[in-house]
Amino acid sequence: MTPDPAPTATRARLASGAEARLEELITEVRRDPGRLSRAVARAARVVGRGPNPDGHRVEDVARARLVAAAAEATGPAGASAVVEDAYRTGDADERRAVLLALPDLDLAAAALPLVEDALRTNDARLVAAAMGPYAAAHLQAEAWRHGVLKCLFVGIPLTAVADLEHRRDAELDRMVAAYAAEREAAGREVPPDARALLDRTPSNP
Amino acid sequence: MRIFDPHIHMTSRTTDDYEAMHDAGVRAVVEPAFWLGQPRTSVGSFVDYFDGLLGWERFRAAQHGIAHHATIALNPKEANDPRCRGVLDLLPRYLEKDGVVAVGEVGFDSMTREEEDVFVRQLELAGEHDLPVLVHTPHRDKAAGTRRTLEIVAQVGIAPERVVVDHLNEVTVDVVDDAGCWAGFSVYPDTKMDEARMVRILQRRGLERVMINSAADWGRSDPLKTWRTGQAMLAAGFTEHDVDHVLWRNPVAFYGQSGRLLLDDVDAGADYAGNTLQRGEPLTPAAQG
Ligand SMILES: [Zn+2]
Repeated sequence: MTPDPAPTATRARLASGAEARLEELITEVRRDPGRLSRAVARAARVVGRGPNPDGHRVEDVARARLVAAAAEATGPAGASAVVEDAYRTGDADERRAVLLALPDLDLAAAALPLVEDALRTNDARLVAAAMGPYAAAHLQAEAWRHGVLKCLFVGIPLTAVADLEHRRDAELDRMVAAYAAEREAAGREVPPDARALLDRTPSNP
Repeated sequence: MRIFDPHIHMTSRTTDDYEAMHDAGVRAVVEPAFWLGQPRTSVGSFVDYFDGLLGWERFRAAQHGIAHHATIALNPKEANDPRCRGVLDLLPRYLEKDGVVAVGEVGFDSMTREEEDVFVRQLELAGEHDLPVLVHTPHRDKAAGTRRTLEIVAQVGIAPERVVVDHLNEVTVDVVDDAGCWAGFSVYPDTKMDEARMVRILQRRGLERVMINSAADWGRSDPLKTWRTGQAMLAAGFTEHDVDHVLWRNPVAFYGQSGRLLLDDVDAGADYAGNTLQRGEPLTPAAQG
């Protein structure tokens, strides 16, 4: 039902010119992961900006791959600190790219505080990126359900929520139904995504 | 009328202001980092402020169809507080960010030794990060402060066309023009500078190297002063083309020297939903809680 998204941001490839510029930055960061923050900040200006044919944005792919390269070069013991630093020192676009990279970084649950931080914002770009496959795999049930509800509140299509059909449960359905009832009682439109979710039979009840 | 407000503190403004600005033709703004009214007591407070300028405020502006940029600096007032001096160590990180189009507001408030040290260091940082500079001139003893500002700019050796000296008036504009810097004017609802005086200054000195802003913040101010000045220009016989030159092309030329203006969505004429879509997931405004 939900279209299978393109490769994750860390596995996506760019057009040849942009790819070459990114490879240069990646080499720099592999040599010295301490340069990650600067490389991520400059990535869009150096590599490029705008839509990539696979549905990602060029700057998201560039930054996510830089984060992955730094994490790999640092090794398992230091990777989560490197990723956390990239998030904490990043602007909203950079934080979004860190979140998009998480599923491929082999961090177990260590990066959950970053997802929780993003879900505390009202920035749709961050909330959408936070509800990807990493949250589906690691976020505890209460926080995950509130993340889904927040998507409905701030107008993010539920296609942004990874593994929605697998992780949804009776409690989420109850919360979404209550939200829909509240909107109806107020004479306000119920988001079509909320309706669609309630209309679908859970595949994993 | 297409308007770029080159100096406005949107953090202090409401969504009503954003809507009124968009209706008046404002499509881009620069929000300089400055004082918040209440003096800050720690460096951490600046981290959250700078993050807000580059994060939440940019997102909020995009929802209203306005491209938001920032300038980052330790402002002259708080340069005098030793507890805030550590902000200088944060700046290299922030001065690398997208959408940071200048170092600012720097300059003088009370003309202290500390202010001068911090001003000089930040002019050097502008050179290191290849950014133009937005200089605030003091409200008290403005003429002396403006002259000293220009001396320091010349001493540090930064190219004058990469510096805008702001909050000017009839008394201070000529020395700035003579130095080859950009002249900035903040048009307020009270006496500091008004639309009619602004038009007379433009008639006298011409339309090059000048930027007009509303500087609107939490004090008595009006975020539509750019638009009102454009109307006053038209009433005085300036053409639409002249108004566009001053209110749009001049700020684009000045801040464009950073190479970091983010005007693609504005240039493409995208509506605000499309604007947000380009930065993340599509939004359906009808679903806003
Ligand atoms: Zn200001």
